[in-house]
Amino acid sequence: MADEMPSDLDIDAAAGDAPLLELTGLDVRFDTPDGEIHAVRGIDLALNPGETLAVVGESGSGKSQTMMAAMGLLARNGRVAGSVRYRGREILGLPSRALDEIRGARIAMIFQEPMTSLDPLYTIGSQLAEPLARHKRLGARAARERAVELLALVGIPDPERRLRAYPHELSGGQRQRVMIAMALAAEPDVLIADEPTTALDVTVQAQIIELLRSLQRRFRMGIVFITHDLGLARHFADRVAVMRYGQVVEEGPASQVLSRPAHDYTRMLLASEPSGTKAPPPEDAPVVLEAQGLDVTFHIGGGWLAGPPLEIHAVDRVSLTLKRGQTIGIVGESGSGKSTLGRALIRLIDGKGDIRLFGRPVGELDAAGLRALRRQVQIVFQDPYGSLSPRMTVGEIVSEGLRVHEPELDARSRERQVIAALEDVTLDPALRNRYPHEFSGGQRQRIAIARALILKPRVLVLDEPTSALDRSVQKGIVELLRRLQREHGLSYLFISHDLSVVRALSDWIMVMRRGQLVEAGPTEDVYEAPAAAYTRELIAAAYGLSDREQAGRR
Amino acid sequence: MTEMTAPAPAAPPSSPPAGSPPAKGRSLWIDAWRRLTANRAAVISAVYLVVMAVACLVGPLLTGHDYTTIYTDYVRVAPSLTPYPKPDALASTLDDLTRRMRLDLAGWREENGRVIVDLRSARPIDPRVTRYFDRSSSFEDSRVEQTGADGLSMTVSAAVARHYFLFGTDNTGRDLLTRTLIAGRVSLAIGLLAGLTAVVIGVIYGATAGYLGGRIDDVMMRIVDILYSLPFIFLVIMLVVFFGRNFVLMFIAVGAVQWLDMARIVRGQALSIRRQEYVQAALALGVSSRGILWRHVVPNTLGPVVVYMTLLVPQVILLESFLSYLGLGVQEPLTSWGVLIAQGAKNIPAATWLLIFPSIFLTSTLFALNFLGDGLRDALDPKDR
Repeated sequence: MADEMPSDLDIDAAAGDAPLLELTGLDVRFDTPDGEIHAVRGIDLALNPGETLAVVGESGSGKSQTMMAAMGLLARNGRVAGSVRYRGREILGLPSRALDEIRGARIAMIFQEPMTSLDPLYTIGSQLAEPLARHKRLGARAARERAVELLALVGIPDPERRLRAYPHELSGGQRQRVMIAMALAAEPDVLIADEPTTALDVTVQAQIIELLRSLQRRFRMGIVFITHDLGLARHFADRVAVMRYGQVVEEGPASQVLSRPAHDYTRMLLASEPSGTKAPPPEDAPVVLEAQGLDVTFHIGGGWLAGPPLEIHAVDRVSLTLKRGQTIGIVGESGSGKSTLGRALIRLIDGKGDIRLFGRPVGELDAAGLRALRRQVQIVFQDPYGSLSPRMTVGEIVSEGLRVHEPELDARSRERQVIAALEDVTLDPALRNRYPHEFSGGQRQRIAIARALILKPRVLVLDEPTSALDRSVQKGIVELLRRLQREHGLSYLFISHDLSVVRALSDWIMVMRRGQLVEAGPTEDVYEAPAAAYTRELIAAAYGLSDREQAGRR
Repeated sequence: MTEMTAPAPAAPPSSPPAGSPPAKGRSLWIDAWRRLTANRAAVISAVYLVVMAVACLVGPLLTGHDYTTIYTDYVRVAPSLTPYPKPDALASTLDDLTRRMRLDLAGWREENGRVIVDLRSARPIDPRVTRYFDRSSSFEDSRVEQTGADGLSMTVSAAVARHYFLFGTDNTGRDLLTRTLIAGRVSLAIGLLAGLTAVVIGVIYGATAGYLGGRIDDVMMRIVDILYSLPFIFLVIMLVVFFGRNFVLMFIAVGAVQWLDMARIVRGQALSIRRQEYVQAALALGVSSRGILWRHVVPNTLGPVVVYMTLLVPQVILLESFLSYLGLGVQEPLTSWGVLIAQGAKNIPAATWLLIFPSIFLTSTLFALNFLGDGLRDALDPKDR
């Protein structure tokens, strides 16, 4: 690295005690066909060397747009005003050529979605070498060596071989490590991390945070950490800025803001961490759904010319018993087979094994019997954006089950039931003529629940119903689910990777890994005294540090 | 329902609350119609297309010409708002006529829309010469007014036939306006047919293959591949060889080929829609495959379908002129816009109107189709407000 850029010296000389990055009166507006959106309303933030600043807030609070604007990465219809200084030098409104010397080289960014931030057509090696060649003016050979170093630095095993891998050959966590390696390539002073761990499993999340922390110590970087997860912010940040409606409502040292919040909104955010527990159903409660030795195998590839397919054992001899009024939480990391289990139980996927609903086997049902089964067992999906057909109105979506199961109903009584179902999930029935895209994530999830409930099922499979939602919205859904369970005597199968929500909702828990049941038992027993090593690891990753701090506060 | 239905948990059938509006459902189609009618460009285009269709259907009856009538006096005359024959052309027309009769023109005058012609000859004049007047497209209702005592002179009167050629005439002296309208029937019919077959067969076939997937998809798409691999020209020639030249064959040939692209496009869409959670949710509700196809898969493929259709119609109208050139499409005297344009292009230096008028008809129709297609796509997308 003999040929450093000349501008580095000027910048370092001017540095002194000044903050690394300073935003003053930053203001972002978007022109949209529906009028102007004022996304960020005059924000002042400063980042000092070696410091981690967490910007927390719910979706739509403008936390991401603030940083995008600072980096000159706004969408075309965005307008920005105010000032952004990097080591005292104004960078807002710089021509893109001058900005490129700072952006990527001095200030680097990593994004939430490791699946889409890497170009699927290029190898990891060439994507890593590109910023090296550009910002460090390295030759091909030197860039390659540096790329290997970087991959080793972010803890990717066998970096030499991984250079030739394509993004799809890496797991989500590894991809995020590659993204971090790319961001570190030019040895930046400032790292802006926009929800870098949100799409990852808890254990991987813990590793990535640990990695960022050690890298920060090593390079004395300033990190801006954008997140909606207060636990993570508490665990990782020195200072916290809480954003709402494009404004910073509270800012200060992390320990102070998150333990003695001054602002109501911060208090509300803290209170929306899932809480409460669920009492188990009475001993004599009737068994609703029962599965013995359920097995699901997927065949991937194969075909007339492609040879024998690859077999994947997604669910491996899993049994469960669900009683009336009971909630079974199924936890595990992505790929553990928990969603597959849920779908196999309601026969959306065919599996081997004995499944009984009210004591009747459902394995060999014909079409008519299956339709009767559908009435009893409903499912709510994770993605409130993908699970509602975009070209149907909410009324049509909710009433679809009635069209199938009660075709004799006339339009009026169908309408009445739709209204009742929407009121049941506390949505204004007057909105039933709108389309799904006009609703927020939480409202959409309520629509999905209304669709499932209109048939008055006995069992509801909830496949990560709260994972895509903000904490405060999630809290509303959790309370809604509790109330519906009480009122309708429902039994839930609650599938989630979020251990705190599972703890709040379920009275029995099953931990899954690679298709197999690792551990099962009453929720509190498993959380307090996990028997399996894997469960301990999972709980430590999810709770460990933030819980320790919480415990210290109490 | 079977006995599996245990007594339902109590959920009293609640009545609609006082505040909610009267039960009035909205659906994609009603909304789409509302949005389409709010789109001025689309409405104007739709009205234009309807007017064009009606003009092509009814117009040929009103132009006063048959599309097969040949006016030998008016080969390739320019478009004009005033009737033919032009006053200054009358003398030369009469000159030509008397020369053909092998008579001498002694003099002529025009009175009340009739010409009165004095004829002379060295030999006696046969009164049947008036037929020459009647055969000419410039005159009608001729009669002998007066015959000279020696039989060597004769006065004939004939009404001047007034013909309007708003678009001029073609190389054989046929009215271009009538022919353009007749051509529109063929072109619009083939465009409509191609659009309909492509949408109906292509969407149903593609959506079924994509949604059902697996082996059914394999078989269905291999059939498409086989049809694709038949060279189109070869198919056309085979059809001509076996069935002779026939107008209907063109519809079969075009119909057989055009739905293939649409089926592939829709199948691709359906493949990705099949994995959407709303399809899984519908499955979990117990909706049948047909219900899922109709309510969830097909509506969500409509955007690309409409766009592809607006690209398809012009393509087919041009394909038709190519087929006609090969001898499979329309044959003279019937014609189509593509054929008229091809003929017009050959006459550019001498008679530009032969190209200009059919081209204006074709392009304006295609413009209107494109605007309507854009409007439809926007109208069918609830996110676009």
